[in-house]
Amino acid sequence: MISWSVIDTWIIIVGVLSAVGCALPGAYLLLRRQSMMGDAISHSVLPGIAGAYLIMGNREPLTLFLGAIVIGIVTTVLIRLVKHGGKIEDGAAMGVVFTALFALGLVMIRRAADHVDLDPDCVLYGAIELTFLDTVPFLGMDVPRAALLTGGMLLANVLFLGLLYKELKLSSFDPGLSDALGYSSRFLHHLLMVAIAATMVASFEAVGSILVIAMLIVPPACAYLLCNRLLPMLLVSAGFAAASAVLGHLSAIALPPVLGYEDTSTAGMMALAAGVLFGGVFFLSPKSGVLAQSWRRVRLGAQLLSEEVLGVLYRRQEAPGVSARPVLAPEELRRGAQGRTVEWLAGRRLVRQGYVRPVPGGFELTEPGLHEARRLIRAHRLWETWLVEEMNLRPDHVHGPASRLESVTGEAMEEELARETGAPAMDPHARRIPPAEKH
Amino acid sequence: MLEELWRVFTFQDYNTRVVMAGTGLLGLAAGVIGVFLVLRKRALLSDAVSHATLPGVILAFWASIALGMTGRSLPVLLSGAALTGLLGMVTVVALRRWSPIKDDAALAIVLSVFFGAGIALFGMVQQIEGVHAAGLTDFIYGKTASMLISDTVIIGIAALGVCGIAIALFKEFRLLCFDEAFAAVQGWPTLRLDLLLMGLIVLVTVIGLQAVGLILIVALLIIPPVTARLWTHRLAPMAALSGMFGMLGAGTGSAVSALFERLPSGALIVLSASAFFFVSLMLGTEGGLLPRLWRRARLRRRIRRQHLLRRAWELREQTGKRTFSARGLVARHAWHPVVAALELRSARRAGLVQRIDGGRWEFTPAGESEASRAVRNHRLWELYLITHADVAPSHVDSDADRIEHVLDPDMVAELEELLAREQEDTPPPSPHRLETPTNGGGNGR
Amino acid sequence: METRTDRPTTRPAVPEHRPAPASPAGTDHSPNAPISIHDVTVAYDRKPVLWDVDLDVPEGRLVGLIGPNGAGKSTLLKAILGLVPVISGRVAIYGKPLSKQRKLLGYVPQRESVDWDFPVTVRDVVQMGLYGQVGWFRRLRREHVRRADEALERVGMTDLADRQISQLSGGQQQRVFLARALAQDAQIYLMDEPFAGVDSATEKSIVALLHDLRNAGRTVVCVHHDLQTVAAYFDYVILLNMRVVTHGATADVYTEENLRKTYGGQLTLLSSAATALAQRH
Repeated sequence: MISWSVIDTWIIIVGVLSAVGCALPGAYLLLRRQSMMGDAISHSVLPGIAGAYLIMGNREPLTLFLGAIVIGIVTTVLIRLVKHGGKIEDGAAMGVVFTALFALGLVMIRRAADHVDLDPDCVLYGAIELTFLDTVPFLGMDVPRAALLTGGMLLANVLFLGLLYKELKLSSFDPGLSDALGYSSRFLHHLLMVAIAATMVASFEAVGSILVIAMLIVPPACAYLLCNRLLPMLLVSAGFAAASAVLGHLSAIALPPVLGYEDTSTAGMMALAAGVLFGGVFFLSPKSGVLAQSWRRVRLGAQLLSEEVLGVLYRRQEAPGVSARPVLAPEELRRGAQGRTVEWLAGRRLVRQGYVRPVPGGFELTEPGLHEARRLIRAHRLWETWLVEEMNLRPDHVHGPASRLESVTGEAMEEELARETGAPAMDPHARRIPPAEKH
Repeated sequence: MLEELWRVFTFQDYNTRVVMAGTGLLGLAAGVIGVFLVLRKRALLSDAVSHATLPGVILAFWASIALGMTGRSLPVLLSGAALTGLLGMVTVVALRRWSPIKDDAALAIVLSVFFGAGIALFGMVQQIEGVHAAGLTDFIYGKTASMLISDTVIIGIAALGVCGIAIALFKEFRLLCFDEAFAAVQGWPTLRLDLLLMGLIVLVTVIGLQAVGLILIVALLIIPPVTARLWTHRLAPMAALSGMFGMLGAGTGSAVSALFERLPSGALIVLSASAFFFVSLMLGTEGGLLPRLWRRARLRRRIRRQHLLRRAWELREQTGKRTFSARGLVARHAWHPVVAALELRSARRAGLVQRIDGGRWEFTPAGESEASRAVRNHRLWELYLITHADVAPSHVDSDADRIEHVLDPDMVAELEELLAREQEDTPPPSPHRLETPTNGGGNGR
Repeated sequence: METRTDRPTTRPAVPEHRPAPASPAGTDHSPNAPISIHDVTVAYDRKPVLWDVDLDVPEGRLVGLIGPNGAGKSTLLKAILGLVPVISGRVAIYGKPLSKQRKLLGYVPQRESVDWDFPVTVRDVVQMGLYGQVGWFRRLRREHVRRADEALERVGMTDLADRQISQLSGGQQQRVFLARALAQDAQIYLMDEPFAGVDSATEKSIVALLHDLRNAGRTVVCVHHDLQTVAAYFDYVILLNMRVVTHGATADVYTEENLRKTYGGQLTLLSSAATALAQRH
């Protein structure tokens, strides 16, 4: 069904090299909250390339690199100028500068189209499918020029980020301290921007500017949602970048046939693959994923609800003239719960812990349940006492805080609480505080 | 060539007239609504939205082909664009809301992933037999030449509608941009206003796709407001100026693109808007580069001059002599000798001090009066800062020639009295005691 | 140390018996002062933020920098550190320009000035304080790592060394910043609101730490705005309101009158609010 060839292998190699080469410096952009600087430079680099072609008359890597350095610095300086002059936010300043420069670049390229073999479309979407046509001998092999270029850029980036690891970390986290310690944060900012501009020109021919932005930010964003430290974040970013490149090309040749087409743009698919991976992380990340967040919320809700159930049953039991074990009707549980999941989880939790057992018409407390309920009520009422006495809160305002506090009260804290409040027999609402049980 | 230029700029050409009217109205609407976008600090949101329209355009094209239409109907394509544009905006908001991802990254993610998806879809649409999909790239770079009178009518209606809403809800939008929390407390439906504003932005983006292209439409929303910001800091004039700059930029750009058909019209429109911007960045009265540099240099010069005069005056008070030496200034105030010498020289050129024998200096009558004014201003400001600390720093303007220019006369009188009282409390430091430099008088001005 | 008992005068003064700190001609700068600020004026565009600030910070004192909002307290710290351009005047650290003396300065910025979601651990942050001692391209040596760990120990954060910083409470974040400054082993510490938003236990331990530093001969300058605690925490205060209102030993300078001068009408409001708060607890 899919015919694999050496071309595909090279496409994947070039894709992976440029994606990883972008993701590493991109991680710093993300952390410095300057992701859109990537967007800005990717647009403004166009006149840099065009200018370098026009002046130098060739498209050697050195020419590209010179153009990139110049444009990286020009863009950052212009943006700062506009920001301070117009007293506007970063975003607007970037928008003004990069659109103007991009427009300039488009016109320059069209004007120079007769002399220069460069197509603005190619700059936007790249021509990774065609990189195989332009090879140079390397180590006895015919290697696509783009592979050498992106590989060299990746190496340069690793070197740059490795040498300045400490400086970039410091200036990204705390530019003020960085300046105070003598590592000029402005200088480092310029260096990073130049590195990004250079990475972009190296990757343009292969993957185009849009994909460059995707690879600069999306894989680092995945890693940001997963990692707690900088170095792992860089490595994971690189992993996601490589995965997006591979997945992107595979789906570019495998998906369209399903719909009846031949194939589609690999660069576009790589960006899309990165987006899909990010979507997965966004929902599934154990650290901050949407699912993890809502699971934590549901579990907390269930815990609070089951404690509330124990409390309600205990209070019914302690009411005067009640001898039989009180029963909690299922509707009552439902009324207290925020949503069916919480209700179900709370019920299951109580039964599995053996605190309640199902009886006709609902649930009733078991013996261990009674103990647990007594402990919670004691903690609750001690907290209410403490809040009223020590924090001078009004008695009708302490139920909420006490309910939240009771569930985190361990044995030691309970003793401490009893000591501080003088272990009274009654709480501020004149209800009996159950005595401590011997553990 | 000249003849062509003449024809274009005298609107003789029917096509050019149509195109210039359309883009001009688009520029006007984008400029006016862009002001709120920029002030709301969401400039680049429009960039993400415009890139996110690409998959919508292509899907709409695809769908209309599948339904047996030509796929060239502008309203269909633009509805598709609006749909995914809105989806992109919603995604940005969702990322912000449900993950620790910051704004900037959310924008970059949406922008690149949606655009990538658009490119991937485009790669497939191109292969549909017998359908000319290449016209779709006009939406990327913009092509005014392909605009018809019907397109201009659509753009015109939408643009005037946007301007109308912006004018009608001017007060509400201003409140929203200035202080959202306050607006909410006052009972304004801030969420709905915000949605309306963002909806208008999407609308402008979508109608601008054809003329300017989705990469550069953001320029029409951002450049004119920022240009206007360099001339005024008040909202109403800013919106009017911005609309004007937008209209001029877009109109000029499309006229130029009628002359150079091979050049992308979107780029030319943006370049002509940028030209207005560049001039404003240099000359704008509110933050233009040259006025700012000039003001800063003047402030520095004034502060240094005032320093010199005041310090010299005080040195004279302490030594009790009529003259003072450069060495005395250097010794007391840790000035660099060269700085002191330069300052003295420039003061001499200004006719404020003169050199007398033995390397000493004295004030000229003009210098005497200026120094006394500087000392008086300085001491009154000092008293003001000390006695009115709760409001002081926001009022202080050391650059003002006189304190009276900033503070009202009652306040100055009160400060004068305080100053006089303090002086009575204090034993005269020297026989040559300071006559409180009075209100500029006495010393002649 | 000469004490400065006078309220500010608006007159030029005779140095022998009127030190007159706030007054233009008053300060006699000592070449050995840890920080000498000579006539520093800082302006953003047209508005001055600091105006002719002219004073010496004495050695080995715990100095409170007090003043109302917008008085330029943070700006003064930043001007000392060379983080904002001064329009005129200069700052000397032990008589020499800042560029030669950077290593003597430790800086604790405001807590909100950094992104606490940043993927670094507590230990990473503390180690950053030592970056100034190794120079460009070099990595930290084992000795530096040890010193960072000692600093963590001193603020009682050893247990949390490997936590990501987003998991810390406000007080813990402040301790991390403090540990970072301690690791720097500076001669002069400049701290921007070290007590803002921390719990009272942390506040007490920070004060104890600052006293330790002072007793070890370091000079500590803290921006502070809780008037209630100034007298208890600091032995020297600088009252700032765009310019120096007065400065001197706390007991001499920290008077109702001077406070009114610094805070103007805010004082009554502040003191009544503080009283109300005190009653609630």
